[in-house]
Amino acid sequence: MDSFVEQLTRGAQEEFTEESAWDGSAVRIESSSLPAIHLPVLPRYLQHTTTGGRKATGFQETKTACFNYIHEALLENQWQRAAEFMTAYLETLESTSAEHRMAAPEVVWRIGAEILCHHSKSSIEEFNYFAERIKNVGVKNYLKVCLEHVFHLLCNGLIDDAYRNLSLAEGWRYGEQTAAHDKEMKLIQAYKGLLDYYNWSEKRKAMLELDDDDLAQFVEQEMHSFFRQAAVNFKEIIKIPGVWDPFVKCYVELLEFYEDYDEVRQVLSEYAYNSKFPSNPNAHVYLYQFLKRQGESKKTRIAVLKILHELVPSHELMLEYNAMLQKSKKRKKHRLGLQVIFTVLDFAGWKEHVKAWSCLAKQIKQILENSSKHLYWIMEEWNSRKDWWPAFHFSHHLAKINWQENESLACEKAFVAGILLGKDCKYFRYVSHQGHKAKKGRFQTMKKFVKKHSSSHLRASGVLDSCIHL
Amino acid sequence: MQCCIINWGLTDEGKFYCKSCHNVIERTTEVLTSDVVPNTKIQSISKGLRKRKKIDKGWEWYVCEGFQCILKKQAEALQALGVSPQMKDEILCNFWRCYLQKSKQAYCSMPVTDNALISDIGTDVDSEPERISLHGFSSFSESDGDLQTESSFGRVSSIGKASATETTSVCSGSVDGGSYLLKRKKGDLKMSMPMTLSLCYLALLWLREPVTLSDLLRFVLDGHIPYLNAFQCFPEEMKLYGVDLKIFRVESWPVYEDVHKKMYELAAFLDLPCFPAITNSCFLHPNILCIKYLMEANLPDELHNWTCRVVKKINVGETDFLTLDPVNKSTRKVKYDVLAAALIIVVLKLLFLLDDQYEWLHASFARKRNQKNKEECPWFDFKKWYTIIKKSLDVEQKKLDEERARCLWKCEKPLFYSAKEKYIVLKRRQTVVNLQRQFGSLSGSMQVSEKQKPSSFQLNWAEENTDGICFHGHILEGILQEKDNSLTTTNTKYWLCTVKLCNEKICGHLTHYKESDFPQSYQFVLNLFSFLLRVPASLIHEEVCLIEHKLFKTKLRRR
Repeated sequence: MDSFVEQLTRGAQEEFTEESAWDGSAVRIESSSLPAIHLPVLPRYLQHTTTGGRKATGFQETKTACFNYIHEALLENQWQRAAEFMTAYLETLESTSAEHRMAAPEVVWRIGAEILCHHSKSSIEEFNYFAERIKNVGVKNYLKVCLEHVFHLLCNGLIDDAYRNLSLAEGWRYGEQTAAHDKEMKLIQAYKGLLDYYNWSEKRKAMLELDDDDLAQFVEQEMHSFFRQAAVNFKEIIKIPGVWDPFVKCYVELLEFYEDYDEVRQVLSEYAYNSKFPSNPNAHVYLYQFLKRQGESKKTRIAVLKILHELVPSHELMLEYNAMLQKSKKRKKHRLGLQVIFTVLDFAGWKEHVKAWSCLAKQIKQILENSSKHLYWIMEEWNSRKDWWPAFHFSHHLAKINWQENESLACEKAFVAGILLGKDCKYFRYVSHQGHKAKKGRFQTMKKFVKKHSSSHLRASGVLDSCIHL
Repeated sequence: MQCCIINWGLTDEGKFYCKSCHNVIERTTEVLTSDVVPNTKIQSISKGLRKRKKIDKGWEWYVCEGFQCILKKQAEALQALGVSPQMKDEILCNFWRCYLQKSKQAYCSMPVTDNALISDIGTDVDSEPERISLHGFSSFSESDGDLQTESSFGRVSSIGKASATETTSVCSGSVDGGSYLLKRKKGDLKMSMPMTLSLCYLALLWLREPVTLSDLLRFVLDGHIPYLNAFQCFPEEMKLYGVDLKIFRVESWPVYEDVHKKMYELAAFLDLPCFPAITNSCFLHPNILCIKYLMEANLPDELHNWTCRVVKKINVGETDFLTLDPVNKSTRKVKYDVLAAALIIVVLKLLFLLDDQYEWLHASFARKRNQKNKEECPWFDFKKWYTIIKKSLDVEQKKLDEERARCLWKCEKPLFYSAKEKYIVLKRRQTVVNLQRQFGSLSGSMQVSEKQKPSSFQLNWAEENTDGICFHGHILEGILQEKDNSLTTTNTKYWLCTVKLCNEKICGHLTHYKESDFPQSYQFVLNLFSFLLRVPASLIHEEVCLIEHKLFKTKLRRR
């Protein structure tokens, strides 16, 4: 019997070794060196799937309920009711859970500020009182709350109070935390700079009205000190990558007043071209406007607008860009101008812009009149738009509306439609018909022109077809 | 070191010293007054009667003394509510002494000392919630700049035998706070805040007082019995901090099932004899409790007849079944109030089926009939009852929810873990108080809803204001028929809430209640009683299932 069992086990082993030999090393690892799996502990009661984390305490549950009531009350503008629940909710500041306690000050600040902004019995004094208390609840919130408090003061026109608060915040120190709040501190300083700028511009206004020279000199000195304070802070914040439009604008104005143009150029170029900064169309706008003020060459100005065109093809400066391109002597620039104006009209905001349409009409006319060598420019632009522009711009309905509201717009558009879609298109037909009824001379000339060139329209599509065939 | 002569002088630094023994009094209390001048130090001297500890200058006190204090206050509150004075002076007092003796804290030849308690650290791991685990401590260690002190508290979890006593004295105001939370011998029962209520209820049960456990917990929630911040009743010299907070601070309301379970554990631990019998004249007898709940739920008195019949049929009215007998461990742990509520629901199911069809059919029938015969006693109209109760229940539920959300948990004197943290905690408390005052004034008509007088009834359907609102006198016509000289239901069908009960040991529950599985009417009735008893609907549902299984035992077995 024993031998039989032995035989069996041996047989099994042999089988195993054969298998492992066939399968390579992987199986051997499985059998010998792999540690046994340790199963995790099951919950005491199998059928109860326990969700992770500890169960919320009754305290937390009631505070969550309280929060929901406040939320509801805020949505329904029931400020008194919100304030009532707020008294109970304030206890979250004392929560025994560190996680909740640390999150509480911000929530309390947001809710409280909302209530105090709208409550009929509230006043700026109430708000100040509240802000002062919250500032001192958590170190981490101090500067943020300060800044928001300042915004609130500014919204209420309390500029001096805001300035005082910023000065106080600027002097705030809290051991190691100070370093962690470096960025926030920079913001505080920048806003203080903004208020310095405000004071500066007030002084400038005052100075212009003064007749007394001595007094004017004194005011000028004051102005200069404001300028210095503001400039230092602006310069600091602009170093940090970010979008600082208000600061940059003010800084530029200050510098230009004192005729420090080199600095302006440097600041604006840095702001526009430093790749560390987030892409910001306004940066290019400011640079362009500065260059224009400085009477810089068209070439440099076009270069700036080229980037702006890439960022925001629908920007209002695009008309200016187009005009500059048209005035250029190079054909390539002319073609780019056509592209720019076509792109502008892709955007709904420009749909009823007479100037843009007249620009396009003028350019098309020019191209058609200067022999049709550059006809394919139009065709290429039109190619990508022919599917949707008729419905977008040249519908019968739009023709009616445009004619009613703005005849010259309808006229420009009708011209473009007539050339691009042919004289049989709805828009052109409607407008020319109306124009004929009104007996306006310019429609006759336009009609003639379009009829003359409608053959060129056909030709143009022929060009297009050949393009496709190629 | 204490000098009995009172002859104080003032030192150069502005501190007090005793002119006869030249001891400088270091203990001064900072009193924060926001109204006058902030942070003015008002120095006060208080003299403890007992030996003071060096660190906090409070009394040396033991955790069980704290509980004793709380129990006393709770008993006094119960007495003020009308419970017999016997409860406090005889029963609870004896139970407490018995507890102290059984847990070897007093009244025995060898009281447990700190060292003996600590010798058991880490031998066993239990999942009881009060127990200190590493996890529990890790929540204190956080990176908030304000509260570095709390993290130092984590040391307790890793203390060895030698340093134990020292650490505890640092981390706790009481003498044995630190060791109290550590695991004790198996079979030992540690007193906890919910357990004070279990003990109170045991005493009430011994006296067969007309208070159910759900009533007791409701009184606690409504603040008639000290529970939340009960440590406020401690004498000033009993300093509370460090691990003591874990023992005495309440962050959740007591849970019915929890208190109920602990009550039985306690009864067994104290080796109590069989409790006085609960006969059919006692308040806790289902027949009597059913009357109460029928009244409160505004249901016809006639239903009582039916609940009594069910009680008789399933033998839940027997004294043996109802009386608590810690010696006989096989007895089921009766939840008197839940049982009575479940009985009513079963009867409603028997009569009205509550399948979202039959009861409405009958209701329209009853309504037509009531319209025709206005003089006669009206038939019970389920739909009308539903609309009236639903309206009033929704209002009350909303009121209750809002009241709960408005509840303030923190007491005036804040708790802190250590002296180092004291300043921050006090400052934070002051801020909260100031802001509460600010928003309080903005909440306009301060709805200071005066504490309602405690009542065992939450919904009142007094017979006087009869606008057809009170259903007590309505009769159960139309659903009953006479058969063999006895009334039976017209409806011959019934549906079981569950066919098979689960194993409590595996699932933790006998049944699992999922609202959407059940008819709306049934859900509504469950929710009504869930509101009245302030227990989860699932608890009542479980009891309903149990009753059904007893009721249909033979039929179920035949299958």
